[in-house]
Amino acid sequence: MYDLIIIGAGPAGLSAAVTAYEAGLEKILLIERDSELGGILNQCIHNGFGLHLFKEELTGPEFAGRFIEKLRDTNVEVMSDTMVLDISEDHTVSLVNSSGYQHIKGKAIILAMGCRERTRGAIAIPGSRGSGVYTAGTAQRYMNMDGYLVGKRIVILGSGDIGLIMARRMTLEGAKVLACVEINPYSSGLQRNIKQCLEDFDIPLYLSHTITDIRGYPRVNQVVVSKVDEKFRPIARSEMVFDCDTVLLSIGLIPENELSKSAGIVLDPRTKGPRVWENMETSVDGIFACGNVVQVHDLADNVAAEAKKAALAAARYVQQNRQQDGELELKTAGNVTYTVPQHIHLPLSEKLVEVSFRTNRVFGKCAVVVADREGNAVCRYSREYITPGELQKISIPAKLLEDKEEYLTVKVVEEQK
Amino acid sequence: MTELICIGCPRGCHLKVDEENGYQVTGNNCPIGAEYGKNELTNPTRVLTTTVRISGGIHNCLPVRSSGPIKKALLMEAVRALKDVEVASPVKKGDVIVHNIVGSGQDMLASRDM
Repeated sequence: MYDLIIIGAGPAGLSAAVTAYEAGLEKILLIERDSELGGILNQCIHNGFGLHLFKEELTGPEFAGRFIEKLRDTNVEVMSDTMVLDISEDHTVSLVNSSGYQHIKGKAIILAMGCRERTRGAIAIPGSRGSGVYTAGTAQRYMNMDGYLVGKRIVILGSGDIGLIMARRMTLEGAKVLACVEINPYSSGLQRNIKQCLEDFDIPLYLSHTITDIRGYPRVNQVVVSKVDEKFRPIARSEMVFDCDTVLLSIGLIPENELSKSAGIVLDPRTKGPRVWENMETSVDGIFACGNVVQVHDLADNVAAEAKKAALAAARYVQQNRQQDGELELKTAGNVTYTVPQHIHLPLSEKLVEVSFRTNRVFGKCAVVVADREGNAVCRYSREYITPGELQKISIPAKLLEDKEEYLTVKVVEEQK
Repeated sequence: MTELICIGCPRGCHLKVDEENGYQVTGNNCPIGAEYGKNELTNPTRVLTTTVRISGGIHNCLPVRSSGPIKKALLMEAVRALKDVEVASPVKKGDVIVHNIVGSGQDMLASRDM
């Protein structure tokens, strides 16, 4: 019997393992399906990681390396090349690797499986089915780990960060990136990536545009890009034709929750991840979740921070019993699409409750307001600028929530002039 | 007055740089923004991250980074100079792969052990 089993050794699993060890758990098992630790960080060779956590600008492999080095000095057991097939509600983990199929049990479990990319099938782009259509992350792995440039003339659909990073990467490697096409009127990537990955290389970004046809067989040779109206319907006669051999898709990520489902964990249809409490515990007692399996983050630093929270809670769960009977649900209103956590235990064990959320539109000067059941503002946070592409965070002092009942509502309101 | 997005960190501050008043920066939330705003208009630089070929490693490519920012105008030249570089495993994180890449004053360092 393990104290803690962690599934996935990307930024979330690595950070959780180090934290749980430091919190005093004795028997920790870290399971990874790849042959090495680090997860997606291994292919993210660009810099920009670690600014929050280490106050340094690191590359993905360097960021992973910081945790992997720390793990070497611990007794955390690592099982790589191992696929978890099933988790049951009683904390039995079924897995398979070169030593065969086995069942193991943990007092607590942390889910850190991350997410996967949405593919062409998810958005049903019309056209031929020639080769040359890749998700941006797949192209990134081919490029940065295997050394293959997947094409010479590229059109990128979607303005997610991986797509933007790949626009720069492929340009540096000698490919011509013709356009980045985004259906929304705003980019879903970080502002800094628009600047340093597109503008630095004069790559045009077409907002409110989408690909309406992919042509060419057996290899892509053209795409048609059309402007869309406010309901995302292509506008006739707005077509532009690009001669290209490759289309990269950077159209979003989906938390990978097949194992969570097998454990009977309740998922939130908005995040497609587990519904979690403020300590990252899921609906199943003793099973915690963190990182992109819960909600898609913009930054690995935030993933590591969330994993730390989950690991500390898992350690507390193993080491002591707790008495928390009350519950406050977090509802959303207006343009807030979801919150993580979705509910809060009362009384709270921490002084602050961190809540992250996204909006479905851009705001200028505005305020994030948390209101109680009666509609009175509990707290208010001014913001200069909010975009759906950037995950928002607020910290609510636990003191303010002591006498609250049933639910809170999180909303964004335009600042009055 | 020039408007810029700071690339110093993921916060992405909206900067305003006043070229006529000694490149004074407003809109920044930390000193990185003040420095970036001035540099970006006088001497733009970037950290270069790319890969070189490696033999005997678990992958075909070794990720490398410049030890510090290099002139933006030198980026393409630096990538071309790295095209024919091949190293042999084992390599340790921080090992110098190329000294003073294209005369930029910065070294290319291994990003990981391999």
